[in-house]
Amino acid sequence: MPKLTRWFIKSALIYLVLALCVGILLALPIDAPVSSLFPAYLHMLTFGWLTQLIFGVALWMFPKYTSAKPRGHEWLGWVTFILLNTGLILRIIFEPFNSLSPSVLGGWMIVLAAILQWLAGISFVANTWVRVREK
Amino acid sequence: MPRLSVYFVRSSLIYLILGFTFGGLLLANKGVMLSPYIWALLPVHIEFAFIGWMAQLVIGIAFWILPRFSSNSPRGNERWSWGTFILLNVGILCVVLQSLFGLRWFSFIGRVFEALALVAFVIGNWKRVKPIST
Repeated sequence: MPKLTRWFIKSALIYLVLALCVGILLALPIDAPVSSLFPAYLHMLTFGWLTQLIFGVALWMFPKYTSAKPRGHEWLGWVTFILLNTGLILRIIFEPFNSLSPSVLGGWMIVLAAILQWLAGISFVANTWVRVREK
Repeated sequence: MPRLSVYFVRSSLIYLILGFTFGGLLLANKGVMLSPYIWALLPVHIEFAFIGWMAQLVIGIAFWILPRFSSNSPRGNERWSWGTFILLNVGILCVVLQSLFGLRWFSFIGRVFEALALVAFVIGNWKRVKPIST
């Protein structure tokens, strides 16, 4: 298993555990402002866990790009990893806080999170598209 | 990778971009209000991300890697899985058309197509869930 795949999969597992912990918080029968965590909770599961796991396994298992570069442009894979995780962490931090006490900085950090996550998707597709082919 | 899996996976990658674009707009709109109408894109984002990207990718990869038969048609009768590809993508289109343009009944029809797509996939690939050597 390539190093980058291990990073993707281990990060995905961390998000799964974190999401389940947030799920416990959300289920607490108390009157606390934790419901603002719900969108971040959903995206920790669908983006941090599932999508990140898929990215890592696809990088590993999809048909080879060339024998010299079996996984395409590896640097682009690392870019995807960094963009995905930076974007998601920014979202997890700023989305709940900004819904409780909106600020200009918080708002723009959310915009930055959105851009980084979108770019993660674009860079993954750019590196993967040519590897999806008939054998 | 068989041709049909290439179609499934490349379609899922297109939906990934669409789903991420709509999701990015929704999230950015939470930070800095771009337009109040953007929130209406939420059902489309969910449809693209769950059905278009994730479900379609899983189906495409399953068609590729499930155990094959030792015969002239190693993946069984592929027509069922081609039917899945067509029904699933027409279904997604119908659901999204209702979400975007309010076309009555399109979401219902789309969901029926999506369910039929999965039924066709199950019928076409049921027997491939077996020990590799048989």
